[in-house]
Amino acid sequence: MTATRTEIFSAGIVEAGLGTVTREIPAGEPPPWPPNAELTWIGKDVPRLNGRDKVTGATRYTVDVRLPGMLHARFLRCPLPSAELRKLDTAAATALDGARAVIALARPGDRLRYAGQPVAAVAALSPGVAAEALAAIDAEFRPLPFVVDMDEARAPDAPLVYDEASAPKGNPSGFPAAPGLPVVGNVRGPAVVRRGDPAQGFAAADIVVEGEYRTQVQTHSCLEPHAIVADWRADGLTVYMSTQFTSGVRQELAALFGLPLNRVRVVVDGMGGGFGSKSQLGVYGRTAVELSRLAGLPVRLALDRHEEQIDAGNRPGTFQRMRLGAKRDGTLTALAIESHGTAGVALGAGIGFFAERIYTCPNFETLQHDVFVNAGPGCAMRGPGNTPGAYGLEQAIDTLSERLGLDPLALRDRIDPSKARREERRIGAERIGWSRRHKPGADPGAVKRGMGVAQSLWMSNVQTNVACEVRVLRDGSVEALSSVQDIGTGIGTVMAQVVAEVLGLRPGDITVRIGDTEFPPGGPSYGSRTTASITPPLRTAATRVLAELGREAARMLNAAPEELEAREGRIRVKSDPGRSLAFRDAAALLRTDRISAVESRADDYPGFRRRMPDAAMAHEDLGGVQFAEVAVDTETGAIRVERVVAVHDCGRPINRLLLESQVQGGVLMGVSYALLERRVMDRRTGLMVNADLEHYKLAGVHDTPEIEVVILENLQGNSATDAYGIAEPANIATAPAIANAVYNAIGVRLTSLPMTPDVVLAALGKTGRS
Amino acid sequence: MPNEPEPIRHFRLNGRNCAVPAADHTLLVETLRETLGHVGTKQGCDGGECGACTVLIDGVARLACLTRTGECEGHEIETIEGLAAGGRMSRLQRAFHERLGTQCGYCTPGMIMAAESLLRRDPHPTETAIREALSGNLCRCTGYVKIVEAVLEAAGAG
Repeated sequence: MTATRTEIFSAGIVEAGLGTVTREIPAGEPPPWPPNAELTWIGKDVPRLNGRDKVTGATRYTVDVRLPGMLHARFLRCPLPSAELRKLDTAAATALDGARAVIALARPGDRLRYAGQPVAAVAALSPGVAAEALAAIDAEFRPLPFVVDMDEARAPDAPLVYDEASAPKGNPSGFPAAPGLPVVGNVRGPAVVRRGDPAQGFAAADIVVEGEYRTQVQTHSCLEPHAIVADWRADGLTVYMSTQFTSGVRQELAALFGLPLNRVRVVVDGMGGGFGSKSQLGVYGRTAVELSRLAGLPVRLALDRHEEQIDAGNRPGTFQRMRLGAKRDGTLTALAIESHGTAGVALGAGIGFFAERIYTCPNFETLQHDVFVNAGPGCAMRGPGNTPGAYGLEQAIDTLSERLGLDPLALRDRIDPSKARREERRIGAERIGWSRRHKPGADPGAVKRGMGVAQSLWMSNVQTNVACEVRVLRDGSVEALSSVQDIGTGIGTVMAQVVAEVLGLRPGDITVRIGDTEFPPGGPSYGSRTTASITPPLRTAATRVLAELGREAARMLNAAPEELEAREGRIRVKSDPGRSLAFRDAAALLRTDRISAVESRADDYPGFRRRMPDAAMAHEDLGGVQFAEVAVDTETGAIRVERVVAVHDCGRPINRLLLESQVQGGVLMGVSYALLERRVMDRRTGLMVNADLEHYKLAGVHDTPEIEVVILENLQGNSATDAYGIAEPANIATAPAIANAVYNAIGVRLTSLPMTPDVVLAALGKTGRS
Repeated sequence: MPNEPEPIRHFRLNGRNCAVPAADHTLLVETLRETLGHVGTKQGCDGGECGACTVLIDGVARLACLTRTGECEGHEIETIEGLAAGGRMSRLQRAFHERLGTQCGYCTPGMIMAAESLLRRDPHPTETAIREALSGNLCRCTGYVKIVEAVLEAAGAG
């Protein structure tokens, strides 16, 4: 047992009134922080510390890395949605002048399951020669029957994507994790979650609401493509990679190539977005390393936009059947969901977690199915499962509130146990002017306005395999180190704020070194877990290194170390601030050029709710409520989102400027999901017809609504910083809030995404389509 | 294979004379990034869709991925590297930095060059004009709100 001590923490939502909570915490942890108003840097608007490099073009992304002798690699990809590889002859490609390595990724006789599946790869002196080498590969494909549409894939006579033996067993994106499920035809499942007795719950209901909802396949569309430069040398492997998880990729590489961890280094500096799709090594990463090993030279492999669209991950499409039972007062008696989703040739299309956790309902059942189709593998994308799941459930709740004659906010006040979301509903309703909301379709005229609300739920995840180092050098300079990567959210700035707060310095005084596995292991930048994982051990490390510095300063100031504090660039005696030393002068007293502390942590103070290898779930009610105001042109069918109010909580906010930016981005990604984005597969050819950024529509600056962001300070006394993430909750509620607003505008419910003008007109009965 | 020597192209790049070999089909984005090492200009799509490679040619925003290097003969090209004269951030760069107009930052150079082009011809643009000028530049991270705010601020400070 480690020694502990008792501390009293401020707890509660600052905006709604604070109480306290008493915690038994490990003796080595720093004392509780007060609310942000009493802190110097935490919770403040600190601009991005590496912002200057970003605006001057100095930031180096993986696509910018150039090494001496570097080769350029490209894939030969399967041109058909389903095929048998009949022949693969790479001799001419290998013999080509300037080609340095060629590898086969499939063998004759292999079944290829989607258009774009890698078949072979080449590395050559230039991109041009690589293209020539690809053309010199003699490959023959025998076309096989295929299916790309999820509904068609469910038919009993549909062409099979897999047989039972070859179907993937695990679950690449982990939602829901249910190994060993039966596979019938192209359908795997159901994965069942049940509590109580749903049949009895429906029998006890006064009102039953049913609904069917459909969501599209969305691609991640990171602006920087998936890219890697692999440098295999006799003494070890260095990989520069646009990745969300340097230390995870290192582990994968070590295992795959039989290397010890200390011979594998993964580096990322600038990182051009990931959204879930750059979480793993991937086939492209593995291939580049293999080519580098064969050629004995560095190899660069960067996907083009077409490859990004067909084979770099996507958010699965879903079909959801929901059934809700409730008493007249709104109390839920039963909730049942049957869902089918498709992640192409992969798994992970479940949507049930959101409904399972967000509302109080004693009787609950989900039956979730993955449907295989001949399309590129899906993977986790910003709020996996919960984003499509919220689109269905939050509309069903809206329908229920109308049937009950209750305001949607009043119904949620009854069924949602989250205190944070209750406060968020109150604040959001005031900001958007909820009292102006009219009855569905009541706006006269051709352009009808409406207002809607929907909620977010995500887990507070924490990576436990995380450590941080803080160093003080004898000239008074300070470094914070971790392999954690900044994928754009600004974690480096957050780290500098934490260290500056502890050491009494300014964030700009802290040099943050991250994105390199030479430093202590940082966690992944996914699952909204980075801040929660990295900041508590970082604060502890900074506290420890300060204590060491304090021992030197104490001698000089004739005080006991515990009498000292670090404020405003000085180490001073708390009771007599005039007796002080500049931080720099204190550092000059050090016997060695630098001192250092490395810290990690095993648990949140109240204990993690669930543990997984290397990670844990602290709690499962990271919230957020969003309100949308839309204008629907009933003549053109165009929906314009005019305003979104997004009220969120993430424990203790560390940098409101960065948080606002992330929430605004999450909202816009939700607008884009709701109105524009859709991967279109041609049923006759099995190919993606909009594999670019022209016909695959991302929201642009013209589509941006006014976005008002409110971040609560929700203190819980859970860790040394009490900070959690926000990336995913910011995205989950947007599309259903817009859908509910559209219903409020036109009085007709749209139940499929994206809500394009043709869908609106069809719903209004203004076209021949139904 | 026998290679014809590539013709030398002459243009001004960020205020300096520049002579660089480029074949007829070579795109400006390749010349900037691969031959000249000016990797601040980014490429995000397969041609003309994302705006990440926006540069100024004779002061006007152009896509370097749709411009052949040969067409630049005798013209004035400006890239993101040329904006911070003497190491000082331009007003737009400062506003993007302070107002957090960046997140991952990959679209930022193109975004700033598109905005720069606007401010040169219209130093005090309306918000509508700013949105129009940036409508060819995609950003997947920020939601554009702080980008527009940054351009407005730079225009106000101009």
